[in-house]
Amino acid sequence: MVQLTLPKNSKVTRGKTWNKPSGKGNWKEFRIYRWTPDDGKNPHLDTYWINTDECGPMVLDALIKIKNEIDQTLTFRRSCREGICGSCSMNIDGTNTLACLKAISDVSGAVKIYPLPHMDVVRDLVPDLTHFYAQHRSIEPWLKTDTPTPPTEWKQSRDDREVLDGLYECILCACCSTSCPSYWWNSDRYLGPAILLQAYRWVNDSRDEATGERLDNLEDPFRLYRCHTILNCTRACPKGLNPAKAIAELKKLMVERRV
Amino acid sequence: MSMRTPLKNVRHLGSAKEGADHFWLQRVTAVANLVLGLFLVWLIASLAGADYETVKATLANPINAILLLMLVISSTIHMRLGMQVVIEDYVHQESSKILLLLLNNFFAILVGAACVWAILKLSFA
Repeated sequence: MVQLTLPKNSKVTRGKTWNKPSGKGNWKEFRIYRWTPDDGKNPHLDTYWINTDECGPMVLDALIKIKNEIDQTLTFRRSCREGICGSCSMNIDGTNTLACLKAISDVSGAVKIYPLPHMDVVRDLVPDLTHFYAQHRSIEPWLKTDTPTPPTEWKQSRDDREVLDGLYECILCACCSTSCPSYWWNSDRYLGPAILLQAYRWVNDSRDEATGERLDNLEDPFRLYRCHTILNCTRACPKGLNPAKAIAELKKLMVERRV
Repeated sequence: MSMRTPLKNVRHLGSAKEGADHFWLQRVTAVANLVLGLFLVWLIASLAGADYETVKATLANPINAILLLMLVISSTIHMRLGMQVVIEDYVHQESSKILLLLLNNFFAILVGAACVWAILKLSFA
């Protein structure tokens, strides 16, 4: 059965408070999920205070400030700090999003930060995305053609290119997939919104000649049809994309090719 | 620690290459239920306070009886498909899943057969 409560050794406890507001300024409280495989302890929420007058505007700025100035052991992924690499995806204030695109001022009260939900945790805010990446690999996200490669390039009309808008922008941050209850319960077999959006991007590419084969690989009660249009994916996407619509389009194509 | 590659786990037994029929049938029966359900509401409203003989006479009309039979068949199919999805979503142990899927089929057929029998009995009485 689906597990509705956390196992005993995963229950989140109160952690330590690393610093207190000192001096003037606008102080903001950050409660951050901490866990390391090394000490055998339960995960815990540590508290940090940041003077936002001396910090950049985004949650990622605060995380970097904490790591630089308060606690060097705090572990998280980050790279581009401008919403294009997808590394700093985490659960902030109850929603999966990118720390670099989430303004501290958007959160009222303490900023609570957890790793992406329902994923194995490597350490602190770093989830294990191995399976997620393997799922992406499984939809063969590259151009597949039988026609010999033209000497210059595969041509595409402007209109055909525009069809890929809203799909190609996906940065595989996994915010949508890890917000999806269906993905929580069945991620071993269900591909999840991010991968299905990527799959639709290739199904929809005017240059790709493997459309039918791609649909064959997706037509499965678990791979595709675990989507019950819950729409958490669309609400979570920090890039404003609509994975639920992409999945609905895939389902339409499945019907279209048989009626 | 598994020595299988992540891709091996994802590909697993491959695509079942089905699911579209299930999806489509659920939509078709949903539309049918909507129309036939409205008919049922109308029928019950028009028979409010009627005695047994009037109800029997109404159901002796083949149009009424056939529409009711269609509603029973459509809604039990819809019920079976919906419950199947719920079981597949939440029950992960293979043996209990198979058992529940079996029971789900039997239950839907039992409910459908009982309803069909009741309608026919009234209709032909």
